[in-house]
Parts: sequence; C-alpha cells; structure tokens
Amino acid sequence: MGELQHENATEALLTRHGAPRPASDWAENARRAARARMLALGAAGRRDEYWRYTNPAVLNAPEAPEAEILQLDEAPVFDGFDKLLITFVDGVYQPDLSDDLSGEGLEVSLLDEALDMDIHWAGELFGVLEAKGQHPVPRPFAALNTALAGQGVVIRATGKVSRPVALRYCRSELRSDVLIHHVIRVEAGAELTILENGAGAARLNTCMEVDVAEGGSFHHLRAQGRDHARLANTHIFARLGAESHFKSFTLTVNGALTRNEVVIDINGDNTKASVAGASLGDGDFLHDDTIFITHDAQGCESRQVFKKVLKNGATGVFQGKILVQPDAQKTDGYQISQALLMDDDSNFLAKPELEIYADDVACSHGSTCGAVDENALFYLMSRGVPRSEAQNMMIIAFLDEAIQEIENQAMADDIRSRLIGWAERHSA
Amino acid sequence: MFEIKNLKASLEDEDKQILKGLDLKVGAGEVHAIMGPNGSGKSTMSYVVSGKGGYVVDEGEVLLDGVDLLEMEPDERAAAGLFLAFQYPVEIPGVGNMTFLRTAVNSQRKARGEEELNAAQFLKLVREKAKSLKIDADMLKRPVNVGFSGGEKKRNEILQMAMLEPKMCILDETDSGLDVDAMKLVAEGVNVLRDGKRSFLVITHYQRLLDHIKPDVVHIMADGKIIKSGGPELALEVENHGYAGLLGEVA
Repeated sequence: MGELQHENATEALLTRHGAPRPASDWAENARRAARARMLALGAAGRRDEYWRYTNPAVLNAPEAPEAEILQLDEAPVFDGFDKLLITFVDGVYQPDLSDDLSGEGLEVSLLDEALDMDIHWAGELFGVLEAKGQHPVPRPFAALNTALAGQGVVIRATGKVSRPVALRYCRSELRSDVLIHHVIRVEAGAELTILENGAGAARLNTCMEVDVAEGGSFHHLRAQGRDHARLANTHIFARLGAESHFKSFTLTVNGALTRNEVVIDINGDNTKASVAGASLGDGDFLHDDTIFITHDAQGCESRQVFKKVLKNGATGVFQGKILVQPDAQKTDGYQISQALLMDDDSNFLAKPELEIYADDVACSHGSTCGAVDENALFYLMSRGVPRSEAQNMMIIAFLDEAIQEIENQAMADDIRSRLIGWAERHSA
Repeated sequence: MFEIKNLKASLEDEDKQILKGLDLKVGAGEVHAIMGPNGSGKSTMSYVVSGKGGYVVDEGEVLLDGVDLLEMEPDERAAAGLFLAFQYPVEIPGVGNMTFLRTAVNSQRKARGEEELNAAQFLKLVREKAKSLKIDADMLKRPVNVGFSGGEKKRNEILQMAMLEPKMCILDETDSGLDVDAMKLVAEGVNVLRDGKRSFLVITHYQRLLDHIKPDVVHIMADGKIIKSGGPELALEVENHGYAGLLGEVA
C-alpha cells in the first residue's frame, strides 16, 4: 500500500462511524488526541508484525458484513445470576431493557453523559490507558474507538460491589457497525465484577479502560455470543496498583473473526493478574488473542491461559507477551496457549514472547497443538462411552485449565455447560 | 460363552502379522490364564478383542455369547459385556474419575435399553464398591488416573470392572508394577466378582498372581498362537523352568 493510500484508508476509518454527541472540552480534547494518534499510527495492515496472522481487511472495510442474527435456543450466559443489567442493542443503550443505574458501592453513568460532565477521575482515564497501550504495539482500532465511541458506561466502584454489572450486547440489525467504550475505576480495596455477554453487532469494536487501585479487585467474565458471521475486535487496557487482583476470562464460540487484545500494566507490588480464554470454532472461524502484560513492580504474578478447539478449517491465533522491566524482581509469569485440532484442516498460529530485564524472576511459557489423544479416546470407549461423547469429554477436559481461572465457581459451571452445549451441537 | 476362533491380526502400519490363528474358548464362570514370552502377542490379543485402532483383523471371529464382537465399535463391545483391564491405564487430565465412571455406567445401561442410574443411586453404588478396594473419596474426585500410583491405577481398573459388571473380563498384566499387598488387594477385588457366571482371562508373566486368582485353565501363547493348554500346574512349570522347554516341545 502506498503512503497516500494508507493515509486515505485511515481517514476513511475515521469517517465511517459518524461523529458522537459532542462532549465537554476535556473529553473532546481526548477524542481529538485519539484521532491524531490514529492518523499517526495508520490503519492496521497485513505487514504489521501483530497483524500477520489475522487479516484486518474485514475490520478496515467501509461497511460491516451482513451477519445473520442467531436466535438462541437457550438462556443467555449468566442469566441465572443476580446482576445489574445494562443492555445495548446494536451498540445503543436501552433504558427499558436495563436496570436502574445504581448499586451499593457503585457509581454508574453512561459514557456520553459522563464525557459531558466534569468527572475528574474519568478524565484521568478516558483515552489515557488506551494511549499508553499503543506502545510498543500499535492498536489503531482502539484509538479509533476512543476518537469516535459515543456509547458505553463509566463505572466507579468505591466498595465491595456484591452484584456484578452485566453488560448485555444484543443485535437487531444485520449490518450494525458498533463502537463501545467503557471506563472503569476500582478504588482502593473495592471489588467489582463485570459481565459482558452477546455478539453486539455485525462488527463490534469495544474498548475497556480499567484502573484498579491499591488492594482493589476486578473480575471480568465475557461471552461473545454465538453469531457465526460477526466480527469483533475488543480491547482491554488495565492498570493495576499494588496488591490488586485482576481476572479476565473470555468464552468465544463461533464468529468469523474475533480479535481480543488485552494490555495490562502492573504498576504496584504484589499484584496478581490472570487473563484466560476458551474459544471453540467450527468452519469459518478465526480467533485471535493478542495479550501484552508488563511487569513494572516487584513480587507480582501474571497468568495467561488460552485454550482453543478448532475444527473444519478453523484458525486460532495467540500472540502473548510478558515484559518484565528491570526493577520487577520476583516476578512470577505463566503463559500457556494450546489448541486442540479436531482435523487436518484446522490451524493454530502461536507467538509466545518473553522479554525479561530483571534477573530474579520465574517465567514459564508453553504452547502446543495436537489432535485428540487416541489412547485416551480408546480408554473411554472401552468403558462403553460412545465415540462422540468420549470426544466431547476430551474437549471439555482440554478446556478446563482455562475455565479454572474463573473465580466464581457457579459462573465457571455456567461456562462449562455452554462448552458442553457447543461440543454436542458440533459433534461429528 | 467367550470364544476366539482362528484369529489372525496384523499391525495397520506395517505388514506384520502378530496373531497367527489364535483359538481360545472360555466357558461361563471360568478363569483362564494366558502366559507367554514377551512379544508372543498377548497384549495385541487384548487390544484386538476390545477394538483398539491400529490393527487389522485378517481372519477369524471373536464371539461373546455367540455375537461377533469384531464388527463393533469399542463402546458397543463394552455394552455387550466385554471389559479390558489395561496394563497401562490411561491418564485423562480434566475428566473427573466420578464423571467418567458415571458416564460409562450410564452409557452402557442406555445402550442395553436399561434405565440410567441417577446421581444418588450411582453414588451409593460407587461408595460401596470403592470401599472394599480401599479407594477413598479423594481418588474418586481426582481426574482419571492422574497422579495415581501404579497400585491405585490398577485398583481403579478393578473398580471400573466392579461398577460395569461385565460378562467377560480380560486382565492384561494387572499384576505388573504391584507390590505383594497391592496384588492381594487387586486379586481379592477380582475374586469377589467371580460369581459362577462371569468369565475371566488373566494375562500374566508370573505364577504369583495365579496363587491369588486361581485359574481353571492355563494357556501358553507363543508367536501369535496358543501352543499348549493345561491345568494350573502349567503355570508352575513356566515359573520353574521358563518357556524354553515348552517352546522346544512344539518345535
């Protein structure tokens, strides 16, 4: 691509979504800065190091593809749990489908309202964590999101919030092209659980900026819907203070293209962070986890646990990095990415990276891909378990290390039941 | 009851025949033992009979109550009443032992058109059987065979056998890797299941196991065939003199 063409492509991205509702000066400044960032970064291209395995063409295209809306034959994920529900349809907040935006230890407002007010803490986060996450790996779709998103929530947890905040992303239009931006602050010692569920759009771009203060705890669980043709590029930018806990788990079944980017900066000592995911694809499916965890404090632990089940030509991508800065002694980093290939047509492309500048650290990483263990399969069958059921047992077993990263056992079991459902629907 | 007729089988990937016309008949309620030098095809026989991949049956039949097993999938053979206690039980991380047992029991019941056991019925049954094999609740909760000692793995095989109540049990070197006490425990587990109808085929290298599980008939296998059959005294002969004399007799 020529330079001019490239510039035009970036300009085109910045005009395709339309302008959000104007906000107060500080927010408009942040948006302008994001726009400038986007122009400087340029659109994502195949030649970019972190887009080599996932072709961004469909994300760059002027229009979202037509993606059939799947009518669910089951209750939505997390349906059975007490929660503060906030519903978006095609990326637009729906007050009549949402609960009252209040809760104990919780301040919740809509993004466009918050950006129009003078909320000091939000001003210190909106576009700030995203901007910081642009180095060393550029994430142009995140800058695009900050520049143009008008929908989302701004949440501040000031105490132990017992009711999870559930963000449900529904669809009504076949070609919706949606930007959603959330800003979250977990104050010192506070606890917050965020649930996200649903495909949300034919093409969904989300950006979540999360700041967890000292001793705070943030749990994030996400299920990305089951719509087959939808595209998604999600971003989480997290900054973690001392002795805080951060956990994020994502379930992805189906979807023509999903790219989940997670950028975590560990800034305070004795912090624990875990990012995990289980993804299952059959046929036209590309799932990409691109993770970057920076250790910039002492005695911290980070975990990346990603498992993928791929069949009939599905592709899995994992790009995971642990960066340990010179002062981040006693870092304990763990990273595992594994794919179960159900046939010879499916692919797993993995790029695990460790970059360590401290000398007293323990970092381990592993990446494997392989077929279902025939010996184990025979063992199960020799006890009377039919082949398809035995295979499903093996699939669920394979994914379980990722599921075990989920803190809440009841929610983990909900996720497990969804995995079983998928495996049964996709049994050969 | 259980009958292998002129079974010839080869490795799928190599043009190499392992079983070369094996004949064997185990009557209802009988215990037969098979002994034989390394490489004689004992384990291959157990795999071919139970339907493991990687082998091609060139000729012959394997009948359980008159039904040919060779056309069936391994799970169908199990539901028909066949059980193989593995020489090397497979570790399956992520699959709980209980879940596995319950799925196996209910799959077989379903295949036979019987009512499935509910959670309470199953739990009662498994606790009762596990107790006599000294299998504790922790072992039942852990993933299948993961982190089990050699003895625990073999006891777990016998527990599965007890739960599944097969008609025909093949024990492939169940004594290997066991100390004397563990072997006694396993043998007791097997003896409890001897009810006059259930049949056993015990593959072993050592007479010692046969002190605990007393066989009606002992077969000597060599080069893919049964070369001699006799009473328990045949096992003693092997123990004292090795296979050389027996192999010589046939040659």
